[in-house]
Amino acid sequence: MHRYIITRLLLALPTLAGAAALVFILMRLIPGDVCVIRLGSGGAHLNQDALDLCHKQLGLDQPIVVQFLTYLKNLALFDFGISMWSGNPVWQEILLRLPVSLEVAILATVIAILLAIPLGTLSALKENSALDHVVRVLAIAGIATPSFWLGIMSLILVLNVSAAITGSPWLPPIDYVPLWKDPLYNLSIVLLPAITVGYRYSAVTMRLTRSAMLEVMREDYIRTARAKGLLEQIVVNRHALKNALLPVVTLIGIEFAFLIGGLVVTEQVFNLNGIGRLLVQAVQNQDNVLAQALVMLVVLVFVIVNLVVDLLYAWLDPRIRYS
Amino acid sequence: MSVRMNIWTAGLGLAAAVAFNPAWAESPKQGGMLTYVIPADAPPSFDAHRETTYATIHSAAPYYSVLIRVPPDNPASTTEFVCDLCTEMPKPTDGGKTYTFKIREGVKFHDGSKLTAQDVALSWQYIVKPPKGVVSARQSFYEMVESVQAIDDTTVVFKLKYATTAFLPALADPYSWIYKKEILEKDPHWFEKNIMGSGPFKLVTYEVGQSIKGERNKDYYHKGLPHLDGILGIFADKQSVRVDAIKADRASIEFRGLPPSARDQLTKELGDKVWVQDSDWNCGNILTPNHQKKPFDDVRVRKALALAIDQWKGAPALAKIANVRTVGGIVFPGSPLAATKAELEQYPGFWPDIEKSRAEAKRLLKEAGAEGLKFELLNRNVDQPYKFVGTWVIGEWKKIGLQVEQKVVPTGPWFSNMRAGTFDVALEANCQSVVNPVLDTGKYLPHKVFPDNYGYYDDPKSIELYEAMQKETDPAKQRIAMRAYEKQTMDTEVHEIVLPYWYRIVMGRSYVKGWKISPSHYLNQDLANIWLDK
Repeated sequence: MHRYIITRLLLALPTLAGAAALVFILMRLIPGDVCVIRLGSGGAHLNQDALDLCHKQLGLDQPIVVQFLTYLKNLALFDFGISMWSGNPVWQEILLRLPVSLEVAILATVIAILLAIPLGTLSALKENSALDHVVRVLAIAGIATPSFWLGIMSLILVLNVSAAITGSPWLPPIDYVPLWKDPLYNLSIVLLPAITVGYRYSAVTMRLTRSAMLEVMREDYIRTARAKGLLEQIVVNRHALKNALLPVVTLIGIEFAFLIGGLVVTEQVFNLNGIGRLLVQAVQNQDNVLAQALVMLVVLVFVIVNLVVDLLYAWLDPRIRYS
Repeated sequence: MSVRMNIWTAGLGLAAAVAFNPAWAESPKQGGMLTYVIPADAPPSFDAHRETTYATIHSAAPYYSVLIRVPPDNPASTTEFVCDLCTEMPKPTDGGKTYTFKIREGVKFHDGSKLTAQDVALSWQYIVKPPKGVVSARQSFYEMVESVQAIDDTTVVFKLKYATTAFLPALADPYSWIYKKEILEKDPHWFEKNIMGSGPFKLVTYEVGQSIKGERNKDYYHKGLPHLDGILGIFADKQSVRVDAIKADRASIEFRGLPPSARDQLTKELGDKVWVQDSDWNCGNILTPNHQKKPFDDVRVRKALALAIDQWKGAPALAKIANVRTVGGIVFPGSPLAATKAELEQYPGFWPDIEKSRAEAKRLLKEAGAEGLKFELLNRNVDQPYKFVGTWVIGEWKKIGLQVEQKVVPTGPWFSNMRAGTFDVALEANCQSVVNPVLDTGKYLPHKVFPDNYGYYDDPKSIELYEAMQKETDPAKQRIAMRAYEKQTMDTEVHEIVLPYWYRIVMGRSYVKGWKISPSHYLNQDLANIWLDK
């Protein structure tokens, strides 16, 4: 198993290197210049001397090949560089935002799992019943509804309902406080975004759980288990669900990895200072160093999550053995 | 509840049409914490000398002092400046070439150290002529300055190369914060990440991209100020967040400006729980034809583009949905140097008879062989007001048979296309802080003398007219000189087409008092005068 993990991690290196090269090239293909945006965005006349100095300070006066080689060398040394926009170390910028994104992602994942697996399973077990129809409608609505729209709607709902009840509109706080500083205040900030994201997430997972369960429940070994006289609860939980969860776990993993950097609009709607918002800012400001590091972070999260998912397979299905 | 001053009829030279709240006459209450939203993610740095974004001002201006400024009790004035760190506004000597400022005594930086004329002089030296390796974003504003010297601990002398009316407004620039000499000499980049000022508030915490919190500076030199115990600025780049925050009283005010739709929504829903202040904005969209590209090298085509636009009818209609309102020329409409309506009506695009104007546009296009011309309008991917204005202009051009496609791109590529000259016509903006017509109109000079101009034309006559205007110190003569320069820019050569000026709408909860709107979101942001009536 250890050997397998090490091999997988080593195999991730070419993936990371390829991603690094790709993101470096793509960022340079976007026309524009961080210095021009910074020095010419308003309230000043663009000054060529200041522009030249800015380019020099950021290393943008170097040939592109030199910039690329420097980037690769620094990456190999785990030096992600300095943000071209803020001048802060990139790791510092990321560490500031990562807890927010992680918290929403974890909470949304928990909500999604708690909703999707029981409802998806019940939906499959009670196929074509009223419950099944309700769950399917819920799931399809969740897939069809963008989470940012749901976020906006939920805020409007909260504002209007609170205004109707108390006479003055209420809104969750917009200034983030970490969980360990004030858990209740923190939850009042992240709960709504986590629910809106978790609902969409659960909808996809619910559909997959249902279809996987339907497939498994028609397998011969389920019939055998029932023929042996096992309780239906044991048949479902131990024999059917565990097997049906294989594709579901993959989906949960991919969705979780996506949430780390993909909550761009949701983070904006709820004013959360997370990784997704930072990535958009970095691209808008043409902060190539920060954007590269963030994309690499997302790639790394995908690689790790995929590995964890593969390891979970072995736990879920004893026939799978890694060596 | 509110009284608006129409700039055309009032004739006061005020750009602002301000809604006054009578409660400002009340005596201010001390205490309380003001929470406000900053419409940005985070400033790139806290060093106002090097930054150009309002995010730096809205975040950190309350922690700094400046030498002079627009009056906080009348920031709408385009001609009045008052002391902040100086004791009285000096009378220039040496034929208008020397200004001697006496600096207040007893002013302390937030670390308790004494602020002297040495700090003021060095800060200004870094702005005017930065040492190697230091960026000063507004260095070009101060080309008239020969030297800045501290004679002693209470006197700073500015010597100019030539007398100009541009100097005092430039000196009141809100980015010209006074830094501590000792730190500046040791590490000029220190102020990028740290704050050490002498302003009305002291920094408590800064959470990058989240919030910035300050507390009252008990040693503040303006007696009785600030009124607030503290301030909390929350970064919120999305407009819906800011509007909802004001609605739910999570924030009391947003200082940059909201669009008319947000104003209408909030006033409808909150009634007298909010106030609105509005003002013409020292920002304007301009259309820049690329003179290097055919047929925009032909003045007849450029003139036709201007003649097609019905400014007088378009501005009020557009004002209902976009942050624009007042028709103007190259000078901010509230300034004494601005064109009157009668003067504007002489320029193409401002004729009172739009049918006649469009007929002339068609004639000129036919004469230039450019009937049914197809081209691209380069625009910035910013809703307010760029995309609204761009869409309106294209509609106007369609009326003379032009087929124009709007190419909307993010800020980076927008700048990049303009700088590379890879566009047909660009919709850009001339956005300034203190109303300083001499400097503000530098934008219309040819690219070779003003690199921020993207029309790529050469026009020695324009340069000559500008220089004559720039060095004229008699107000009446300067006004005439400005008209000549404006006519050359907007009529004779139609180098640029000036569109209606932006309109600033600021909303706050009704208990927020003491703050007055100015023609720029960069101005009057030290928050010292604000108090809470609750």
